[in-house]
Amino acid sequence: MKILVTVKRVSDPEAKLKIKPDGLWIQTEGVKFVVNPFDEIAVEEALRIKEKQTGEVVVVSVGDKVVTEQIRAALAMGADRGIFVNYAGSYDSYDIANILAKIVEQEKPDIIILGKQAVDDDMGQAGFMLAELLGYPQAAFASKVEITDDKKKAKVTREIDGGLEVKEVELPCIITADLRLNTPRYASLPNIMKAKQKPVKELTVESLGVAVKPRVTVKKLSEPPKRKGGVKVESVQDLVSKLKTEAKVI
Amino acid sequence: MDERITQEARHFIDTIKRFVKDECMPAEDAIEQTGRLPDGLIGKMKDLGLFGLRVPAAYGGSGMNLLDYCYVIKELSKTHDALRAVISVNNGIGSMAIVHDGTEEQKKHYLPLLASGDYIAAFALTEPGAGSDASSIATTAVKENNGWILNGMKHFITNAPIADIFTVIALTDKEKRAKGGITAFLVEKSLKGMRIGNIHNTMGGKGWLQAEVIFEDCFVPDKNLIGAIGNGFKIAMKTLNEGRLSAAASAIGIGERLLSMGIEYAKLRKQFGKPIAEFEAIQWMLADSATELYAADRMLADTAYRFDQGEDIRTQSSMTKLFATESAFKIADRMLQLHGGMGFMKETKVERMFRDIRAYRIFEGTSEIQRFMIARELLRG
Ligand SMILES: Cc1cc2nc3c(=O)[nH]c(=O)nc-3n(C[C@H](O)[C@H](O)[C@H](O)COP(=O)(O)OP(=O)(O)OC[C@H]3O[C@@H](n4cnc5c(N)ncnc54)[C@H](O)[C@@H]3O)c2cc1C
Ligand SMILES: Cc1cc2nc3c(=O)[nH]c(=O)nc-3n(C[C@H](O)[C@H](O)[C@H](O)COP(=O)(O)OP(=O)(O)OC[C@H]3O[C@@H](n4cnc5c(N)ncnc54)[C@H](O)[C@@H]3O)c2cc1C
Repeated sequence: MKILVTVKRVSDPEAKLKIKPDGLWIQTEGVKFVVNPFDEIAVEEALRIKEKQTGEVVVVSVGDKVVTEQIRAALAMGADRGIFVNYAGSYDSYDIANILAKIVEQEKPDIIILGKQAVDDDMGQAGFMLAELLGYPQAAFASKVEITDDKKKAKVTREIDGGLEVKEVELPCIITADLRLNTPRYASLPNIMKAKQKPVKELTVESLGVAVKPRVTVKKLSEPPKRKGGVKVESVQDLVSKLKTEAKVI
Repeated sequence: MDERITQEARHFIDTIKRFVKDECMPAEDAIEQTGRLPDGLIGKMKDLGLFGLRVPAAYGGSGMNLLDYCYVIKELSKTHDALRAVISVNNGIGSMAIVHDGTEEQKKHYLPLLASGDYIAAFALTEPGAGSDASSIATTAVKENNGWILNGMKHFITNAPIADIFTVIALTDKEKRAKGGITAFLVEKSLKGMRIGNIHNTMGGKGWLQAEVIFEDCFVPDKNLIGAIGNGFKIAMKTLNEGRLSAAASAIGIGERLLSMGIEYAKLRKQFGKPIAEFEAIQWMLADSATELYAADRMLADTAYRFDQGEDIRTQSSMTKLFATESAFKIADRMLQLHGGMGFMKETKVERMFRDIRAYRIFEGTSEIQRFMIARELLRG
């Protein structure tokens, strides 16, 4: 079983971010970058499937040279090899889906697992678009994944409002990982060392025949408004009248 | 983080950060109460490769350089000190004599066992009559046939009750002493004539034990000699030299955790209608602590890096250990003070860390001995 997993380089969710003066992106100096947490969950799931079924886990990342750090991080968790698509410009989810579709054509994986979204821009579209481009079945927001004994289908559980939904999809398929799918393993030092030796293939968007032209552009980023201090109300009547006249919510 | 720390080590330090936060910190109170390290946690530490950080790759470890190692230890020290101790002894004083001076046969046999954590190591130098003045040891090793007969008593020996192997420093020539009369031996716990005496009852350091080790006509075969006969004092000093930087790294890690706890509490705790962080007295405690930690951290990075380049850093290593451990103790006192009465109560971890950090000014050479060695170098020649 061959599993392709995407890993995006994102700013550490715990980092304090500042917006660049031009308001178009965040300041990256001094900010730590990590593997998108949902992608880390995707890698973990791929490794678990591989450990049960045997096979290969291939990770792919698009970006400039620095994203190889995130590829190495996934290799240190246990993935077998990496694909680095060297592209330094800006892109949107559809560009990424196009690039991934080409990689899928080359690699022909049985399963493609993506994080349900990247925690930097929270777009959450690449998985759906990729499924559409490839004409593959998809099961998004997985909280549990089981491969059937004949290795022809995946049973994917999803958390929906008020319950669980189980989908069965035929392989090859697209799965996107939700938060509670698993807890990613630690990268041990021996595995970090081994990851240095694992192969990472470098590709360019040109060599894949993809013309990147973002249809979505960022116009402006702004910080969330500062929370103002609350007020204490004297009575329930007071509260109700404030909700009516000031907050205008009832 | 220091530029000179390798990419792999940074990555591993990130792993350790997460491991400390998610797995170790929640176990701290249980370790303190029971004095035991949970088996599950030790298993995970083995899987992470923590026991073999410094052991060369050819013998089953990861062969980290000292700089990278110190910064892993610093991160691990942000949780219960017993978790740091079990790792730093196997990587440091417990294995370094074998790594540097052991025979090929000793290395092949013991290092993989130490690197995997299957074997726990101890280093036995200190005696009731010989602490700071290590050359005055009285444990003797007398040649007999194809081995040596050991007699004497060691005390304060970390890990002794759980150790599988000991590096034992003994006297082989009473006249020569430090100048060729002291020899290092590798002693397995199962040897006849060796036993563990009293386990010391300590002020802090729950979960990692010190005990007496007693030798009564204990026969140690020739093949268990570490290095040449008469070279033991040098071997012991070399081992401690590296250990000092590891002790400094731990002290800085503990200091950083205390400072972040202090900052958090100062913002939260209100007296006189405002957070105590707004009082200058509290601000100065934080400012002084951060300044000392910055200086200690730079000393550590510089000295460890120079060690890895092959420089003789004996004096700098003493300075770093002295400054980092003395600073960390002051920081523990300030952060306890900042917590007011709460700092004295076991509900906060400050109380425990205050007791734990105290030993750092004593082991691996007391602060006075560090100053003595620094001054000796200044006044030489
Ligand atoms: C928690 C802990 C763990 C330890 N683990 C180990 C271990 O695993 N293996 C091991 O071999 N040992 C271990 N030790 C022992 C440790 O190395 C010694 O305690 C230390 O070297 C000091 O020796 P001492 O206790 O005999 O004190 P002493 O040497 O008796 O010192 C008493 C006081 O006199 C001062 N002093 C001594 N000489 C001088 C001088 N020339 N000038 C100025 N002041 C001086 C000292 O600084 C100290 O303040 C451990 C100790 C502790 C506390
Ligand atoms: C062993 C022990 C026994 C005790 N027994 C009793 C008892 O029998 N009865 C009783 O009533 N209480 C008792 N106490 C409580 C004790 O009096 C208080 O702990 C003490 O007054 C400090 O108050 P706090 O702990 O709330 O600290 P906080 O007042 O919260 O102080 C926290 C920190 O802020 C500093 N700080 C506060 N205000 C300022 C300021 N304006 N400027 C600069 N710094 C400031 C403090 O010095 C301290 O470092 C006891 C405490 C202990 C530890």
